[in-house]
Amino acid sequence: MATATTAPASRPSPVGGSPGTKRRRSLLQRRQTRTAWLLALPFLLLFAAFTVGPVFASLVMSFTDMRSTDVRTPFAVDLAGIDNYTALFQDPLFRKVALNTAIFVAVGVPLTMVLALAAAVGLNRITRLRAFFRLGFYLPVVTSIVAVAVVWRFLLQPDTGPINQLLGVVGIDGPDWLGEPSLALPSVIAMATWRNLGTLMVIFLAGLQTVPRELLEAAEVDGAGRWQRFRHVTLPLLRPVLLFGAVITGIGYLQFFEESFVMTNGGPLNATRSVAYYTYDQFSFGNYGYASAASYVLFVAIVVLTAIQFRVLRPKT
Amino acid sequence: MTTYTPPPSTIDDGDSLRPGDAEPAGRTNAERAPSRWLYVVLSVGVLVMALPFVWMLLSSVKPEAEVRSIPPTWLPETFTLENYGELFDRLSFPTYFVNSIVVAVVVTLGNLVFGSMLGYALAKLEFRGKRLVFVIVLGTLMVPGMVTFVPLFVLVSNMGLTNTYPGLILPYLVGPLGVFLMRQYFLGLPDELIQAARVDGAGELRIFWSVMLPLTGPALATLGILTFLTSWNNFLWPLVVAQTEDKYTLPVALALYSVGQNATQYGLLLAGAVVVVVPVVVLFLAVQRYFVQGIAMTGIK
Repeated sequence: MATATTAPASRPSPVGGSPGTKRRRSLLQRRQTRTAWLLALPFLLLFAAFTVGPVFASLVMSFTDMRSTDVRTPFAVDLAGIDNYTALFQDPLFRKVALNTAIFVAVGVPLTMVLALAAAVGLNRITRLRAFFRLGFYLPVVTSIVAVAVVWRFLLQPDTGPINQLLGVVGIDGPDWLGEPSLALPSVIAMATWRNLGTLMVIFLAGLQTVPRELLEAAEVDGAGRWQRFRHVTLPLLRPVLLFGAVITGIGYLQFFEESFVMTNGGPLNATRSVAYYTYDQFSFGNYGYASAASYVLFVAIVVLTAIQFRVLRPKT
Repeated sequence: MTTYTPPPSTIDDGDSLRPGDAEPAGRTNAERAPSRWLYVVLSVGVLVMALPFVWMLLSSVKPEAEVRSIPPTWLPETFTLENYGELFDRLSFPTYFVNSIVVAVVVTLGNLVFGSMLGYALAKLEFRGKRLVFVIVLGTLMVPGMVTFVPLFVLVSNMGLTNTYPGLILPYLVGPLGVFLMRQYFLGLPDELIQAARVDGAGELRIFWSVMLPLTGPALATLGILTFLTSWNNFLWPLVVAQTEDKYTLPVALALYSVGQNATQYGLLLAGAVVVVVPVVVLFLAVQRYFVQGIAMTGIK
């Protein structure tokens, strides 16, 4: 790849007089265009085949009745119109998983944001050991969801798990966190919050460091207390960072899957089954067209949520 | 090479702020000298974050009976490596480990090479369709894996690549993140370098490869680490495309064992979790500077 395209010696001198300028520029432009496409093409071919193509293929498939038996003849499957979508919304299980996913986002995103912001504000105020604390909060982010879900599954065991043991110390008789339908989803949300708050904390911390100290000091001189300064100076300045955090967390939580796959298998009584899990299930059953429809509902939800978050958190002018 | 230093964030309009007056008040204020309870609260927070890992490590070296004992113990009463022995002898974790490494390394190299190529073209070269390419590539950042995996599976099946390394790798060989990161970095490098190289008679490809690319070390490191960790932790695609044990990656093996007939072997599964988690944590600790940079820039976990 390091080979030069032209031998330097054979090229006309680039430092010509004014008559040659126009010609030189167009030669340079042609060479640039050629090089640009040479550099872009490998990426674009792979990207078209394995990312852009499948995004559209998924949309098309969602309007067909394609099943796993049709894999070799994908162009011979029949169109099903919007049948997949109507079937989806009539399936009580789909309505259940959509509700679970909505709860996961509606509870998980604010919870993660508040805790991450609190951690970031705390970290921003200390001087010593800052790197150590940042690392501590951040560590779960780099780990595999599957692995930490395995660990949390055992942490939350009713009898042998250390969480209930710790609760026992303060006299609380801990429940079967993952076995009770009403507690399973909150437990999975707690685990997701634990794993993801480090991402937001790092982003918020970067945002906090851009808040000019002079503004805070000016507010203090004007008699603003610590909370007022946070509320009226820091928070408005953090708006773009908060928006970014809300969007990426929302997108991530809408797709939750591994957590419940490993911790609860989607149970008990589908209490932790998500739209993504439903999509995976339908794929496993061989209902490719139907699974694609479910995945597109998820996709649309992601786009809509992102749009809402941009609207809500957009700077007021 | 110059490093970027952010401009001072002061917006000094001269009269509204009186730094001389405000300064002493600011210094004596608790703003500058955080109280001890803040350290206590943060320490409790870090403890909560770390405890699952501590417990995972401690339990993985306990015999099975002790992992299941009621009440549970924290420190192992009997130290044993039998869980790890079983992982490596009976459950062929070495194979999964090698699979994870091969996939992650090739995927990382692909993203570095192809990402910096397109990133450079988008940042420093003029060509028609440039804006369109950039918009399309960036637009896919938001597309979740759940949307594409079914058609991808059909595609890979028809290529005869299910249950192969190429099948595991190809869909991830290029990605929008690499283009985005590398383009941003190239934009920050001065055009004068390129012009000087042109005057010296270097070809365009040579300028990219020998002049500009060597300056992108920090960006390549950030991208490489992000991509490696993402690939190492990737789950859904290897779950559907790897069909026999000899092609499982670590997360797939761990997940399937934890819901299969080994699901009741707590110590074994926790040792498995250690094998998945510890290598990336060590890698992360070694290079965290780049990684935290990348997170702050992109928010990708």
